[in-house]
Amino acid sequence: MIEIDRVWKSYGDNTVLEDISLTVKEGEFVTMVGASGCGKSTFLNLLLGTQTVSRGELRLDGKPIVAEPGPDRGIVFQQYSVFPHMTVLDNVMAAPALAQKGITGHLFGAARASAKREAEAMLERVGLVASAQQYPSSLSGGMRQRLAIAQALTAKPRILLLDEPFGALDPGIRNDMHVLLRDLWRSLGLTVFMVTHDLKEGFSLGSRLWVFDKRRHDPHAPNAYGAQVTYDLPLSKMSEESYMQTLQGLGSSSLLN
Amino acid sequence: MERWINKRPSRAVSGMLGLIPLIILLLLYMAGSEARLAENPADKLLPSFEQFSQAIERMAFEPSKRTGEYLFWVDTQSSLIRLGLGVGIASLLGLVVGVLTGALPVVRALFNPLLTVVSLIPPLAILPILFIVLGLGELSKVVLITIGVMPFIARDIQRRTQEIPSEQIIKAQTLGANTSQILLRIILPQIMPRLIDATRLSLGAAWLFLIAAEAIVSTDGLGYRIFLVRRYLAMDVILPYVAWITLLAFLSDWVLAKISYLCFPWDRLDGAER
Repeated sequence: MIEIDRVWKSYGDNTVLEDISLTVKEGEFVTMVGASGCGKSTFLNLLLGTQTVSRGELRLDGKPIVAEPGPDRGIVFQQYSVFPHMTVLDNVMAAPALAQKGITGHLFGAARASAKREAEAMLERVGLVASAQQYPSSLSGGMRQRLAIAQALTAKPRILLLDEPFGALDPGIRNDMHVLLRDLWRSLGLTVFMVTHDLKEGFSLGSRLWVFDKRRHDPHAPNAYGAQVTYDLPLSKMSEESYMQTLQGLGSSSLLN
Repeated sequence: MERWINKRPSRAVSGMLGLIPLIILLLLYMAGSEARLAENPADKLLPSFEQFSQAIERMAFEPSKRTGEYLFWVDTQSSLIRLGLGVGIASLLGLVVGVLTGALPVVRALFNPLLTVVSLIPPLAILPILFIVLGLGELSKVVLITIGVMPFIARDIQRRTQEIPSEQIIKAQTLGANTSQILLRIILPQIMPRLIDATRLSLGAAWLFLIAAEAIVSTDGLGYRIFLVRRYLAMDVILPYVAWITLLAFLSDWVLAKISYLCFPWDRLDGAER
């Protein structure tokens, strides 16, 4: 579904991503790990459309990805993903309201009623029904990310992009979120890309793991070479043993330093 | 707790401490007034409280001998209408200009230099121009207030708009929103409490421009009256008027703060339910 064809990204002399070519099929769950500043978030932004490739092409169903965020790609950021001036219910209902054509982005009458039913069903699913009338400022961090996911999924995107969505959460709550996310991914048949700095999360959550790292390194010009995907691992068939082997292999790279 | 920097008064003590300077000021005034009046009963500089109440009685509760109007209330009404119109129009313009320049980079590039220049013009310096172009009526006074506070509000709103996290704007786009939907549903509602804040901060300047314009050309208004009776050294009228203006300024600020609190529960720190 998504073809990444010799993609480069650089800012002036600073090469961030270097010659990446990969293909992702519909329904895959790709987790992306790597040292900070290695370009994994940049790569996510290329998919999102907030940044454009310097060379090469990113294709969705054979067509170049539109260089502007759109409803086919949902996003959940680490924070600020929900609208603080809307209640939980309104935040979810904002998805159908903003998806329609028009100037105001408000729903009326029957459209509003059906959007409300749909939003309530989604809140039921992520466990936020009791908080439907609360504002995001009174929610805990985990509840706020549940809301952000619910809101993104209500727009029915084909691709869900997650930029360190659970980075600010407690480990216990993070586990609950993993369960929720896996469940939604399986039942909705989504294609998911997730950036994480938590290696364990990267290994356990998805169906495919990408490790971003620099293959070449010039100590006199640290920005001359960009990162590539140095490991592309299918995770579903992976045994505990190969997991440990991979971890050891990664130990020699800059990832764990 | 030896150091002064660590000493904190309790609530009750704090309230009483705050009253002390006010009471001292009042006592000083009364003593000064009494001393001067004992020397010269016709002294006008520091009137007694009895003279104040007579002046208020005359201005507020007896019709004027010349026009038959209750001058104090007529003045209050004229001034408040001018102030309300001026500040209201300035807020509305400031909101539109601020949101559009804050949210749309093209509009910002187009209007920012102009806005910067306009905000640097001292409004009182163009008062003669307003009088020449717009005449000496109500319009020039309202326009002075509007021109005086609009650039401040517009620039403040522009900054607040730019401070809205870009994550929200991107999120709205991934939900399918177009530009006008983002402006009306994401940016505008979040900016409204900021607009009230900016308006509250600009009230002081608005009063300044109002009184200045009334002092120069007017036939009624609070500023007009205090500058008129200055010719007769009528401190017994001026001081109650100043106190009244202060109270009105305080009340308008309080009303705006209350509106903000009641209308935007999501903006409160405690994050109340709807």
